[in-house]
Amino acid sequence: MDPHLTWNLYRDVTQLFDYPFMVNAYRAGTIVAVTAAIIGWFMVLRRQTFAGHTFALVSFPGAAGAILIGVSATYGFFAFSICAALVIAAASRSSRGGYIEESAVIGTVQALGLAFGFLFVSLSHRNVSGAQALLFGSLVGITNDQVIQLLAGGLIVLAIVGFIWRPLLFASVDPDVAAARGVPVQVLAVVFLLVLAVAAAEASQVTGSLLVFALLVLPPATAELLVERPGLSLLTAVAIALLVTWLGLAMSYYNDYPIGFHITSLAFGAYLLAQGWRRLPRWTPFARTSV
Amino acid sequence: MGRIRAWRPVSRLLSESAAGREQPAIAEAGSLASRSALLQANTLAVEIRNAAARRGNRLIWSGVSAEIRRGEFLAVLGPNGVGKSTLVKVILGLLPLASGEVRVLGQPPGRANRDIGYLPQRRSFDPGLRVRGVDIVRLGLDGHRWGIPLPGLNRLTERGREEDARVLDAIQLVDAEEFATRPIGEVSGGEQQRLLIAQALIRNPSLLVLDEPLDSLDLPNQAASAALLNRICEERGVTVLMVAHNVNPILSYLDRVIYLARGGSVSGTPEEVITAETLTRLYGTPIEVFRTADGHLVVVGQPEPPHGDVHAHLVS
Repeated sequence: MDPHLTWNLYRDVTQLFDYPFMVNAYRAGTIVAVTAAIIGWFMVLRRQTFAGHTFALVSFPGAAGAILIGVSATYGFFAFSICAALVIAAASRSSRGGYIEESAVIGTVQALGLAFGFLFVSLSHRNVSGAQALLFGSLVGITNDQVIQLLAGGLIVLAIVGFIWRPLLFASVDPDVAAARGVPVQVLAVVFLLVLAVAAAEASQVTGSLLVFALLVLPPATAELLVERPGLSLLTAVAIALLVTWLGLAMSYYNDYPIGFHITSLAFGAYLLAQGWRRLPRWTPFARTSV
Repeated sequence: MGRIRAWRPVSRLLSESAAGREQPAIAEAGSLASRSALLQANTLAVEIRNAAARRGNRLIWSGVSAEIRRGEFLAVLGPNGVGKSTLVKVILGLLPLASGEVRVLGQPPGRANRDIGYLPQRRSFDPGLRVRGVDIVRLGLDGHRWGIPLPGLNRLTERGREEDARVLDAIQLVDAEEFATRPIGEVSGGEQQRLLIAQALIRNPSLLVLDEPLDSLDLPNQAASAALLNRICEERGVTVLMVAHNVNPILSYLDRVIYLARGGSVSGTPEEVITAETLTRLYGTPIEVFRTADGHLVVVGQPEPPHGDVHAHLVS
């Protein structure tokens, strides 16, 4: 194949979908962008980005291990990430030491996960590019089955978050009052860790384990800068994630740079623009008014 | 609530209200009972009989008895670490009693929590938290509900319009219209406090429980918050139970105080309880009470830091 940009914009777009692998890449990217942006919005609000990053990194040995024993990498992504969530939930619930204790547990899980990842990669005698695809994302080779698995995971996660949305928001901004009002704060914390694990595992399959923040953190953080209203801010995050993913996929189709790089730098660009917009001096026409 | 044109978003109503273009809405639901009628009825909001509380193996206090009438403004006082917050947790049903009995609004603790507004010990919001004050207030109303909220549809239903009106009413009650649409992390500590009081009041509770609400505020804000709570108590007939470290900002409003000690408690009017004899008997150590020229009380010689924090150096 030899795709190249033409002056015909319409042809440029239709050309993207000439190959089935590209169609699947767009399907997967869309599912993942929506899921990651919504879960990531809560993750940023709850200040649990460290946990989110760990789930993504831990899904790397999961995928490497799955390839080693000859099953689909998707199962490995999900299995390891969810296991890590259960370990972190159990450890930080029993110790009750607050954030410091929790972050120590998370760090331990992350280090162990990465070590196993390297072991599995070297055991399976795969070339370096295999590991690279897991760590930095790859466009090719997303199968129909994988798309369906991503869709199922995404739908389950979004249904759960839709159901617990208000209590989760309440427990995230004001846990003491929420608990007094009968919101099961501890249960919600565990449920959210599991949901986050699934979202991180999904995002790793598009951006790669290392660059998962491109979809999990950057779009929600950008949306938070622009909009205060919770519902609207969530929708903005989804819009940014979709835009960045679709553009990133197109860009890496037309040049040879890796997909993770494109998505991340686009998301970073959006974040920079949002930061700049917030800092506009008062006298400029687009500056925000205080109320 | 006929005055409110509630098909407009709350944020719009708020900005209009702040600009003085719209008459403040007065919810009839709030003026359920005048305070004097409540006090005359002489029903109990909280009843504590010979109660004891433990945390783990440690006995926090025992032999505590008190009665709080509906409509009263009451403070729970005592030195640090004596278990004032524990008493609040017991009243909310978050911590079971080791022995004795507590009844809250005529029910065992925890049952009546929907009728209680609660402000935990603060807790100031992260400056980076980009959720608006009005959203925080609304969570007090519907934060426990499952399911997906549809913000646009809210205004189409009768219930949704009533909820919008309640949010607006609570915010107007605490005079927070000007800053309620700003992210809560960006407003001052005193303003956050007022929004949190609005959140606690939004369901028209009969009992408002506040744990050291004045602690993190500067002196003018302490006075303003105390006056606001008194106004709420009088206008809405809400029983106010407040844990306090320093009695002076609220002294003129108090109907009753409870002094807590390891082995029991005394309760009564401030004049009865905050005296050298009573406190010396309660704590079993010599305690002196001075009244300054401007009417402030200074308690000297408590087992732990005194609650007259400005005068801490007076402790011998």
